[in-house]
Amino acid sequence: MSDFMQQVLDSAATGSPPWLQDWQRAGRQRWQASTLPGRKTEQWKYTSLQGLQQRFVAANSGDVELSAAGVALPQLGGPRLVFVNGFYSPAQSSLESLPPGASLVRFSDADDQQAKRIRAHLGLATGRDEPLFTALNEAAMSDGVFLDIAPGASLAEPIHVVWVSANQGEAFSVTQRLLVLCGESSSASVIEHFAGGAGGQRSFTNGVTELLLQAGATLCHYRLHLEQEAALHIGRVQARLATGATLNSFHLALGSELKRIDLVVDYCGEGAHCELNGVYLPRGTEHVDYHTCIEHRVPNCTSSETFRGIVGDSATAVFNGRIHIHRDAQKTRAQLNNRNLLTSTQAEVNTKPELEIYADDVQCAHGATVAQLDELALHYLRSRGVSRAAGEVMLSFGFINEVIESIRCEALRDYLQPMLAARFARDPALVGQVA
Amino acid sequence: MLKIENLHAGVDGTDILRGLNLEVKPGEVHAIMGPNGSGKSTLGHVLAGRPGYTVTAGSATLLGQDLLQLETEERARLGLFLAFQYPVEIPGVSNMEFLKAAVDAHREQRGQAPIDAVSFMKQARETCKVVDLDPAFLKRGVNEGFSGGEKKRNELMQMILLEPRLAILDETDSGLDIDALQVVARGVNAMRSSERAFVLVTHYQRLLDYIEPDHVHVLADGRIVRSGDKSLALELEARGYAWLEDEVA
Repeated sequence: MSDFMQQVLDSAATGSPPWLQDWQRAGRQRWQASTLPGRKTEQWKYTSLQGLQQRFVAANSGDVELSAAGVALPQLGGPRLVFVNGFYSPAQSSLESLPPGASLVRFSDADDQQAKRIRAHLGLATGRDEPLFTALNEAAMSDGVFLDIAPGASLAEPIHVVWVSANQGEAFSVTQRLLVLCGESSSASVIEHFAGGAGGQRSFTNGVTELLLQAGATLCHYRLHLEQEAALHIGRVQARLATGATLNSFHLALGSELKRIDLVVDYCGEGAHCELNGVYLPRGTEHVDYHTCIEHRVPNCTSSETFRGIVGDSATAVFNGRIHIHRDAQKTRAQLNNRNLLTSTQAEVNTKPELEIYADDVQCAHGATVAQLDELALHYLRSRGVSRAAGEVMLSFGFINEVIESIRCEALRDYLQPMLAARFARDPALVGQVA
Repeated sequence: MLKIENLHAGVDGTDILRGLNLEVKPGEVHAIMGPNGSGKSTLGHVLAGRPGYTVTAGSATLLGQDLLQLETEERARLGLFLAFQYPVEIPGVSNMEFLKAAVDAHREQRGQAPIDAVSFMKQARETCKVVDLDPAFLKRGVNEGFSGGEKKRNELMQMILLEPRLAILDETDSGLDIDALQVVARGVNAMRSSERAFVLVTHYQRLLDYIEPDHVHVLADGRIVRSGDKSLALELEARGYAWLEDEVA
């Protein structure tokens, strides 16, 4: 067992509720019996875990002034729950506006009734045969967040859950867990937001999110990875869709030294629909890896997946889009599209659509492209007086803006668009032209 | 204003323009006609600096400046405008943002601050009316999903907003119905001034019924083989190009 594997266990915070300790034991056993996957494992072929071979200690405190740490959190309208270095931050959180029909509670703060509901649902989406890092998540899980939407409830404002990595000195590790339960015919939005301050603080976050959509539920889910380069993250989102449920899930990742996100959507009832969209933007020497898996187990469901990446400098990106249509999943309509833009000759992307189809009456389309900026489009912009640099910014931003435009939450779109436009601008003066 | 001397240019090593001479003075409207493949569109591409086109000999100056030494955007800011025969679709970049970026780039050239968004919006909406384009198109991606006619109107709108010194319209009339053709003609005629010149590249005499040219040239085999007044266009309409090619040969 490597140092890393022991360390993250040692650094796991203690003091979890007694009912969670069974979980921790099982995860610990599974984690300790495993070894870290290497590049020969297909799932990890393009993503190295070398960066984990260093010391990560427990985060010591979340008592950090965010503005001093260079973190500015947006106000997106709804209730907000903020964790700093894994610690709940009451000062940054605002739960007053939580509407009726929604309960948002930390595992450590759950009453008996809530704890019972958490126990009944936690792990339903991740399943028993859990991946290694989910085992680690459970082994080290001392707390988590439970969002419980009552049947029939309809939430107008998004619920914003933020995890901030701020300076504390030594490299630290954090375990993040979110459980969302959408009751029958409910409708809600949740924004998972990972933020980091400037200053190169090293951290490792292991995140697992479960989304359980009961019959007819609709959930808009957003997962934003806006941390800085030294924030390593291995994360997983597992969704389970019951009959007639609709999931809109949007993902955004700026790069970091190591960023690996697995997204799994499990169809458990007929007539369900999922729209899965994402954007990744590594640059420098950063790395982003999205592994997505759509499990069409039942008939008459649809899925639509669009991921776009812009990879700059000598950054690398990985996109693996798996669609698994089981034998019973007749009349499935599945669509997958991944487009990549390389803005440097040193940039690298590894993209792989992976279709496994056992039903015979399905429609399944997929496409993956890797390209550079369209020279003719750039010429067109320049022929109107726009400089080459400004034109490149407009085209790069335009490429991802098509996906950003699909975000239904207007406040979130308004937050992201200028931020992303600025990311592509070499000259801040150009930002106003495209935002 | 525009002076082209003995211009040789082509694409991928193939010479398309072979010794083209043309002088356009302020206030003039020139029409360039000619059979398919004679080099009409190449002329516009070379002047605008399109990638892939190379000049092997000759010169082209605009307002006394050597066009061929300038970057595409510098040519535009100097006052050159090319209305594309096939305007490019750019999804994700809103037409409005694109137009404002273009206008601001021209303002910067003149030492002016960027136009404020509200004034620009007003100006863009008014221009939409002039070119008969629904203002909803301002919010769409640049030319994204526009019909052929809508793309041409959008080109015209850019021309009006950018107020070029020399505008080259590359087959802007192709594929337009008669109403759209009149919109283009009205736009050009309204912009005619003693300070500004136009080069209309066209296949058809029809456009010249609405925009009266001062000079008509026939381009064949990469050179101007005949120049005349507007009656030349009528003659071409009646007789085709073959007689000219015979004469040249």
